[in-house]
Amino acid sequence: MSADVFADVPCVPGSLKPDPILVADSVRRSFGGLVAVDVEHVEVQRNTITALIGPNGAGKTTFFNLLTGFDEPNVGTWTFNGVSMNGVSPYKAARRGMVRTFQLTKSLSRMTVIENMRLGATDQAGERLWTAPFKFLWRDQEAAITERAEALLERFKLDHMRDEFGGSLSGGQRKLLEMARALMVEPEMVMLDEPMAGVNPALKQSLLEHVKGLKDEGRTVLFVEHDMDMVHEIADWVVVMAEGQIIAEGPPAFVGADQAVIDAYLGAHQNTDLGVTP
Amino acid sequence: MSQTLSNGLFGAIGVVAIAYCLAAIGLNVHFGYTGLLNFGQAGFALVGGYAVAMPVMNWQWSIWATIPVVIVASSVFALLLGIPTLRLRSDYLAIVTIAAAEILRLLVSTPNLKNVTGSTDGINSFTNDIQNSIPGFLKGRTVPLWEKNISDYEMWVMMLGWFLVALFSVVVWALMRSPWGRVLRSIREDEDAARSLGKNVFAYKMTSLVLGGVIGGFGGAILVIGQRNASPGSFQTQFTFLTYAIVVLGGVGKVKGPIVGAMMFWFLITVTDSLLADWTDGSGFQLPTWIMDSSNFSFFRWILVGGGLALLVIFRPQGIFGDKKEQAFDVR
Repeated sequence: MSADVFADVPCVPGSLKPDPILVADSVRRSFGGLVAVDVEHVEVQRNTITALIGPNGAGKTTFFNLLTGFDEPNVGTWTFNGVSMNGVSPYKAARRGMVRTFQLTKSLSRMTVIENMRLGATDQAGERLWTAPFKFLWRDQEAAITERAEALLERFKLDHMRDEFGGSLSGGQRKLLEMARALMVEPEMVMLDEPMAGVNPALKQSLLEHVKGLKDEGRTVLFVEHDMDMVHEIADWVVVMAEGQIIAEGPPAFVGADQAVIDAYLGAHQNTDLGVTP
Repeated sequence: MSQTLSNGLFGAIGVVAIAYCLAAIGLNVHFGYTGLLNFGQAGFALVGGYAVAMPVMNWQWSIWATIPVVIVASSVFALLLGIPTLRLRSDYLAIVTIAAAEILRLLVSTPNLKNVTGSTDGINSFTNDIQNSIPGFLKGRTVPLWEKNISDYEMWVMMLGWFLVALFSVVVWALMRSPWGRVLRSIREDEDAARSLGKNVFAYKMTSLVLGGVIGGFGGAILVIGQRNASPGSFQTQFTFLTYAIVVLGGVGKVKGPIVGAMMFWFLITVTDSLLADWTDGSGFQLPTWIMDSSNFSFFRWILVGGGLALLVIFRPQGIFGDKKEQAFDVR
């Protein structure tokens, strides 16, 4: 179904999508002399799974940081749902429906799993200073949040860890917890930074299902990943970055065969014999 | 011996212990719950103490009218410290707070401000309203505490002080069990995670700094009222470090921690002081003079206390009430 959405989209970098949720224009970020991100134009189609791939140091995570407000670009504009996101702080970006996870998981070690989950819920009356001391003002909302959190924990098979400290989870479980916690925010768009890194193969399959499930719920997913199997299996559209720029776009099969992509990953001369003269 | 113990008991519940207890409750909000490295709690206490003494001396205010001054002055101090530093890494807050506390202390010690702050002698005779407010059942009596007699004034200040300790402990308890407290703890664990979930981290950190600062301000207020003197000597950097020792001793991030920590800390300080004084006064059991004598035992006491704290953090790093399980996770 969603493959059809891309039927008329040309496989060129910066191609226009029929219904983009996220549009970035000439976003550039340099650290001293190094240009980490230099994206001319990119659009992310609503309610699809888009993968952002590229060799190490391509600027994928930096681009993520820029989009979510954790870093500021030197120049550039980008919009989410048609609203400009320039200078919007990370917490406001999250409130507008753009929630991210981190490459190095940030599970809150000295808080229990369920507390980690409850934290994700937005618009909590109990989070305001003047209502917080009075439990009767937030008790009902807290119960509803807990119910939602428990349902999510069950879905992510973390319900047996409910009252354990976040710090006692394994690396893979932390990835799961972080994704589940991001869903507590009820975001329109979920941005996952290497969700598969350090996850064992058995858990990987269920994580894949969870990511697919996000699309079925009507959410948009943008994820950074090195695992090509995952990209092939769940991505509807792949954006390839190298040296800060977007060098290719297209469905997984197209991108895998693209010469620019192969060159970026393996070098342009991988089949030519250099240096050895007959 | 019973003299020593009753001194220790008085030390544990006396005005100084109360003042440090309040400062520790405030510091626990900063450091224990929010992870803010405030090394200037002495500055907040100084602001609170002088906010009581200065209006009474300079403008003949009623001492009760200075309560809002304590709140406003400590809050303003917190805002001044927080606005430039809370967006930066936590180390910067530590540097700025320790410097600001010292700047304030040196400022009030300036001879040029003799008429306003009393310079190094400080401000005396601003406690008449407290003296006059001693309730009838206490007036003119001394309260016996084992072998120690407590004057009516001291007893009254202790009652007011413990009331404040109870009040602020309840406030902190009510806040920290709420989702608001949960956000603070998440900031302590990882503020970027809190940001990514839509929490306005800066605002929460600022609120925490103000709240803990105001509680610390009341600690300073109780201290100067109890001592009937507001002078810069009470608010040296060691005030902050002893307050940290109390927080760690009691258990970081626990409501009971600062209360029990302050009582135990001042019990040990007073008992060792009393014992060592007894053992160097020239009669009865005496320590060899090559270890210490009556002129230097009070320094020796701090060595003992320091050694004891070192043993504590090695063998029971979670403090008295801390959760061993929590401590097991290496944070940062």
